[in-house]
Amino acid sequence: MSSPVFIAGWGVISAIGNNVAENLNALISGTAGIDAMNRLNSVHKGELPVAEVKLTNEALADLAQLPSHISRTALLSTIAAKEALDNSRIDISRWRTGFISANSVGGMDKTEDFFEDFLQNPGAGHLRNVVNHECGAVTEITADALGVKDFVTTISTACSSSANSIFLGARLIRQNQLDVVIAGGTDALTKFTLNGFNTLMILDSQYCQPFDDNRRGLNLGEGAGYVVLVSEKVAATLADTPSVTISGWANANDAHHQTASSPEGKGNLLAMKSALQKAGLQPADIDYINLHGTGTNNNDIAEGTAIKTLFDGNYPPMSSTKSFTGHTLGASGGIEAVFSVLAIQEGVIFPNLRFETPMKELPFQPVTELQKAAIKNVMSNSFGFGGNCSSLVFSKYIAT
Amino acid sequence: MDRNELIQQLKEQIIKQLNLADKKPEDIKNDDPLFVEGLGLDSIDALELIVLLQQEYNIKLKNAEEGQTIFRSVSTMADYILEQQAGAAN
Amino acid sequence: MVSEESSVHITSTALIRNNKVWGGETLLFESDGQGMDFFNFLYEKLDINYPKFFKMDALCKSGMAAAHVLLKNFKKDHYRPEEIGIVLSNKNGSIEADINYFESSKTFPSPSLFVYTLPNIVIGEISIRYGFKGENAFFVSEKFNADWMYFYVSNLLQEHHIKACICGWADVANENYDACLFLVEKKSENGVNFTVENLNTLYNRV
Repeated sequence: MSSPVFIAGWGVISAIGNNVAENLNALISGTAGIDAMNRLNSVHKGELPVAEVKLTNEALADLAQLPSHISRTALLSTIAAKEALDNSRIDISRWRTGFISANSVGGMDKTEDFFEDFLQNPGAGHLRNVVNHECGAVTEITADALGVKDFVTTISTACSSSANSIFLGARLIRQNQLDVVIAGGTDALTKFTLNGFNTLMILDSQYCQPFDDNRRGLNLGEGAGYVVLVSEKVAATLADTPSVTISGWANANDAHHQTASSPEGKGNLLAMKSALQKAGLQPADIDYINLHGTGTNNNDIAEGTAIKTLFDGNYPPMSSTKSFTGHTLGASGGIEAVFSVLAIQEGVIFPNLRFETPMKELPFQPVTELQKAAIKNVMSNSFGFGGNCSSLVFSKYIAT
Repeated sequence: MDRNELIQQLKEQIIKQLNLADKKPEDIKNDDPLFVEGLGLDSIDALELIVLLQQEYNIKLKNAEEGQTIFRSVSTMADYILEQQAGAAN
Repeated sequence: MVSEESSVHITSTALIRNNKVWGGETLLFESDGQGMDFFNFLYEKLDINYPKFFKMDALCKSGMAAAHVLLKNFKKDHYRPEEIGIVLSNKNGSIEADINYFESSKTFPSPSLFVYTLPNIVIGEISIRYGFKGENAFFVSEKFNADWMYFYVSNLLQEHHIKACICGWADVANENYDACLFLVEKKSENGVNFTVENLNTLYNRV
């Protein structure tokens, strides 16, 4: 039996709250963070609802204790990663510590503003705004803020990125390469992304309705989510034994299309099945699925079909928390990992907001009201462009 | 512009917009299917055709599904454009 | 354990660098062409025969061309699709595609350009062409890190679900194309041993 990898801390910032407590309150009270565009200065203001973090860059910089000219992506990342580390109460100077982070936009929020000035006049714009453009640079900023030096890496695999960061961290701990890993991801809303998704015609001009028969598309969001993964040895030194572990994970490629899933969700199915196998669990052991559930025609039918195949008549409660936070892209795996941990800790299943009509192709539907339940095992799905499909399983720790 | 001129123009524009480097306008028959068979275009190509309609003909599609009938062939595309232009003129 | 490790081999390599293409030790050809001409040249010389190639951005074209050379003699039917993984890395992410898409977004954002604004799409394209469904990962780092690549890929092979892996580096910036791919197979007697040293030697041979 493989040694358990514990989750000793978690941190999150999203459209529904600036920390774990605020996010949890919103999830429990059914309060979504999707709204008319406010901060982002896009031509689509007034047309496309988004899920923005409700703080300006200045306010984020204060929270992060970083200069306000730093990319929003890095500010969000630092806030959530710090919260995770703080709440783990681990002194990382004692341990081999890694930071594995994911994002899709890097410092694009600053670059796109710089480019506008620069293209008008090559003398305009502050170069310091583009110096942290690459995805890796954003990671370095947070790693430095946390004081992590032993191991730092960046994963960039679209919407499954931060799920991939998390299971990489778990692997490194199981292999005894590291003792503590802060893993997850971040993404800030940018015009670059918004315009791109708009041109793919998968955005909803209303508030999204994941897994609904009349769904129209997704709402983009932003935020960051991290977990602190620790080995058994580290867990034993903590005042309170962590009660949640990451027990399973898997990644597969759908090999179908650059930006769409195969209709049967082949890659999705492979990932979910393998994650269960890794966890040593049967489908019937899953108490809740946190869906990838973006609300697009394509994702929801592919994911739904894969679930139908795998769970075969015995469908667990499921919901998409993107109905609260929007699709946070590179951060989604990390944010939803935190929500999965909360589901286990608090014994709650979060509702799938604004659901009205079940999808005619599926013999099940998501939960629409908050439910209290004893949750032992949660599956969290993250499916990204490029056919990159990941599934994580989190489990309540039962000492043997 | 008459229908034949439009069809010829469309073929050139399609080749350019979709990066069909190995094709010439003569290779595309007016009534051949554009998708699945014929040119074998895919869903991203469909989105590019939507951009083409907007960019060159100032026609905006509300959702991607409308494209399924409009882009069946170069002929149906031309007919749609002419229809829209006539409607706009009235 | 020792015998299992020693049967892991790098059974094929492909390198595209400085407008030259190598398959294994053999310099296949070199070109004076710049930018897009180079890829057209590659397409014909290598007989790539895959029309979707022309729709791709430079990073995907580099990766696909290198994969085409790499997999020439690969017996993919010896494996199930989910047993073949892909692990790539680079420094510049998808910067060229980002810039091209950004330019288009000033007037009409192009969906076909936006599609390529993620570095892992090159993995997607390779997977689509060859039907590979195993685990895949994309890392961003300053330089090619043979230690990391060796560690990550060995791990995948040891965990038993992956039996072959395409790995390496694929980077494009300012019309410099650098793709260095390795085919690593778990049980093979061909090629050279899969080691950090061999990865570095092969990566740096040109």
